[in-house]
Amino acid sequence: MIEIKDVEHVAKLARLELTEEEKRKFANQLSSILEYVEEMNEVDTEGVEPMSHAIHFVNVMREDEVKYEQTKEELMKNAPFEEDGFFRVPKIS
Amino acid sequence: MSYKDLIKKTAFEQHKMLVNKEVSSVELVNAHFERIEEVDGKLGAFNSLTRDAAIETAKKVDNKIKNGEDIPVLAGVPLALKDNMNMIGSYTTASSKILSNFVSPYDATVTKKLKENLVPIVGKANMDEFAMGSSNENSSTKPVHNPWDLNKVPGGSSGGSAAAVAACEVPLSLGSDTGGSIRLPASFCGIVGVKPTYGRVSRYGLIAFASSLDQIGPFSRSVEDSALLLETISGHDPKDSTSLNIEVPKYSELIKKEIKGLKVGVITELLSDGVSPEVKSSIENAIQKYKELGAEIVEVSLPLLKYSIGVYYIIATAEASSNLARFDGVRYGHRTKDAKNLIEMYCKTRAEGFGDEVKRRIMLGTYALSSGYYDAYYKKAQQVRHLIKNDFDKVFAQADVIICPTCPYTAFEIGSKVQDPLSMYLTDIGTITANLGGIPGMSIPCGFDNDGMPIGLEILAPALKEDIMMRAAYNFEQATDFHKKIANI
Amino acid sequence: MSQLRDKYEVVIGLEVHAQLKTKSKIFAPDGIEFGKEQNTQISPITLGMPGVLPVLNKECVNMGILLGLALNCSIPQKCKFDRKQYFYADLPKGYQISQYDEPICVNGYIDVKGKRIGITRAHLEEDAGKLVHAGADGLAGSSYSLVDLNRAGTPLLEIVSEPDMRSSEEAKDYMEELRSIVRYLGVCDGNLDEGSMRCDANISIMPKGSKEFGTRAEIKNVNSFRALQRAIEYEIDRQIEVVESGEKVVQETRLWDDNQGVTKSMRGKEDAHDYRYFPEPDLMPLEISREWVESIRKSMPELPAQKRIKYQQAGLSEYDANVIVDQMETALFYDKMLDLGVNARIASNFLMGEITAYLKEEHLTIDQTKITPESLTKLIKLIENGTISNNIAKNLVMTLVKEGGDPEEIVKKQGLGVISDQNAIKEICQKVVNDNPNQVAAYKGGKQQLFGYFVGQVMKETKGRANPQTVNSLLKEILG
Repeated sequence: MIEIKDVEHVAKLARLELTEEEKRKFANQLSSILEYVEEMNEVDTEGVEPMSHAIHFVNVMREDEVKYEQTKEELMKNAPFEEDGFFRVPKIS
Repeated sequence: MSYKDLIKKTAFEQHKMLVNKEVSSVELVNAHFERIEEVDGKLGAFNSLTRDAAIETAKKVDNKIKNGEDIPVLAGVPLALKDNMNMIGSYTTASSKILSNFVSPYDATVTKKLKENLVPIVGKANMDEFAMGSSNENSSTKPVHNPWDLNKVPGGSSGGSAAAVAACEVPLSLGSDTGGSIRLPASFCGIVGVKPTYGRVSRYGLIAFASSLDQIGPFSRSVEDSALLLETISGHDPKDSTSLNIEVPKYSELIKKEIKGLKVGVITELLSDGVSPEVKSSIENAIQKYKELGAEIVEVSLPLLKYSIGVYYIIATAEASSNLARFDGVRYGHRTKDAKNLIEMYCKTRAEGFGDEVKRRIMLGTYALSSGYYDAYYKKAQQVRHLIKNDFDKVFAQADVIICPTCPYTAFEIGSKVQDPLSMYLTDIGTITANLGGIPGMSIPCGFDNDGMPIGLEILAPALKEDIMMRAAYNFEQATDFHKKIANI
Repeated sequence: MSQLRDKYEVVIGLEVHAQLKTKSKIFAPDGIEFGKEQNTQISPITLGMPGVLPVLNKECVNMGILLGLALNCSIPQKCKFDRKQYFYADLPKGYQISQYDEPICVNGYIDVKGKRIGITRAHLEEDAGKLVHAGADGLAGSSYSLVDLNRAGTPLLEIVSEPDMRSSEEAKDYMEELRSIVRYLGVCDGNLDEGSMRCDANISIMPKGSKEFGTRAEIKNVNSFRALQRAIEYEIDRQIEVVESGEKVVQETRLWDDNQGVTKSMRGKEDAHDYRYFPEPDLMPLEISREWVESIRKSMPELPAQKRIKYQQAGLSEYDANVIVDQMETALFYDKMLDLGVNARIASNFLMGEITAYLKEEHLTIDQTKITPESLTKLIKLIENGTISNNIAKNLVMTLVKEGGDPEEIVKKQGLGVISDQNAIKEICQKVVNDNPNQVAAYKGGKQQLFGYFVGQVMKETKGRANPQTVNSLLKEILG
């Protein structure tokens, strides 16, 4: 059902580098999981509204106010590579 | 009193000793650290300890008591946080290599509330990586062992939080529950664990697994302690848009009412196939006990139960695949060395930083949301979820609470299910529906199997009826002795 | 090329991103000022730290409704947010919170120079951060990049038009009108240079008379009105060339290079996008009541189109009305003068003349100078009631712009009022004639053009305070 090329496509979307071994393993495991999942197709859902939250309420908003709780230093101290107050990343293309 | 006796006390008992000046908070905290030093090498319940901060809080409490000031009920009583909850200055790793070096610059809302209540936080509890797992074998640091049998799993994903309480390393801890991650380990470790209504406790600062299902809740060795802790951490949070703006009842008082006439529903589907005979007979005994307590037993049915695991694994992994996209090595956390370009940096960082189960779920969730599959998987799952919620509404028209086994079996051997993810997923059959329906659920001890491993009784209630749910639990607990037995480690 | 152009019809639709002028970000309480030191307008939320959650800024919703109403859109009862997922260094969470299938505004239009342009939808979303590319001018050839997340999370309203435009001129006019509207509404400062308004253009061509649109290319990085027109012109020619050579236009994203004046394919540099949209589970949906919409409608300021009509009704030409409306601050200033009962024509002449010239030179808007609608209105009243001459007024208006003050007081203090005493003027005229015997002789000898010289001398003596007609007739009388 799930083939190696599907796994490769999904891994690319998810930015995950997989070994050949992992690709094979995931292809098998995802296939059996999806087979199990597809049992839900037995349920008639014609006209049923998809539900994102089990508890429904609306219009949760905040006032337009500026407030800082941390300093730049506190927020950037976990940066793997900081340069001149920026987050540095390898070349993009 | 020796530390070995102190640590066996419940949180409320410890509170009474504090206000009666039989013990100081610093002594309490130290006693629990002594216990941690004694047993955690065998258990692996903690990822990191925050001793200095705990002692500092304890001193504040002791000063207040000395000055004759009132203290909040859980002030001075040690607590462990699951390692997916942020706390300023502490490692907050979610047991993942990708966050192994992450020191949080902010407090989760629960952390803030605990600090305001002067609860000494002793450390960060081990867990399945990003809360993905049912056995706590998916931790990047070390597996957690069950205090009742070190060869067995404690359940997951909040295995460290549960084991720590069961082994008396702390009287209280917080876990998070996305599909049973509080209730399953509570059941396997023979303690109380509560998953509140979705939105009851703020998720701000809880590292997200599945945003529409995640909920923080308490672990303890008594129902009363869980009620007290839930009171402390619940309530509206303007920083969490999914947090309910509804007043928090005084659970610790409401639970003490009788349950005469309470309608207790029994889910027929969860007492049939696949339930181990020992678990089944414990649940039947529990039903008998409820009858004796004056409850009315009604049989109820959740016909869509068998689809819930499939529905859950689509919704949870879809949300997770998105929630975990932020772990990209740019702003914090692990970054691979010497990547040639940005894409390679992303792919290698994430390959190195995530464990097997996390990768599997990211893959599954990404697939379910990808072009051409959204309707067949994600949308379908959300539709079935809606029907499951409707089923609950029907059931709760017939019963005030419903009961079932938390898990069809007791704790299994470490390593026995790791090769077969699907069979691991099936462990959650009893717990998952509560998350899909957004309703509260809890597990309390209701027996032991032939090997002496604890069996958990799950109680579910309608949204925001934690008081009735915990009342049913408290009455059962007070009428039984299961909770009095403590793991011998 | 122009002959070939006649064979084809051009179809253009624009996607315009307008940054909303709120105080804080759309989902986090950080500021959104332009030009701040890198990474100083950030928080755990903006950095996408583990565990943080978004909370919607109410002002963004209000502004979205306001703009929707101004664009004649329907505001659906329900809308929600979705996650648009992709990885990029300037996108902290690995997804952008946007609105996919239930936007805040749908089905609108605006009229631009007599043509109706449809608005498909407008939706709220968050902006990304900014990248600085090291070792090169742009992305190409850079050795690494630096990420600044100050802009990440700035509220945006993306306004998507129907493919209703048929030339680069129309596209530019539409964009200008949109800019004018957002500025008048106060929801966006419309500053293209600072990127507070950005535009992507969808362009296709089809044989004239065809009903079926051609394959479109999306042009990104169009950062000025001039660039928009140039990019569209270039792209039309490029597509015609492709079609004429027997090939097919490829559906793709192309980047406008303003220096080279070309669009470049981004193919191969990006994956086939699969954004995997799904409803944002960290946010609850919005239910926008009709009362809410009506309360916003009540706060709607006058729109540029309404002002143009109003000014023309007040007596301005269409051209003059447009010129004033195009400078929003001047128009708002003008509105106040109209309220004060000023003569509309005289007022517009002042505003469009010396004042506009000065503002352009100094790169100012009228509200940044010292002149007020009240002072200019008073000045014009002084002309109308004959207290000062036009010439005096022209000088005085620049004093008001640069130094401010009450024109009545200045006129009094400096004695600038018109000399109404006929005899006094006559005396001065006589003096000028007496002082210039040579010129008088020349004039009388037939040099009629010297008459102007005498007038000038009288004006000089009176500092412009004499009525020119009076001076003319008196001089004629004296000179015979």
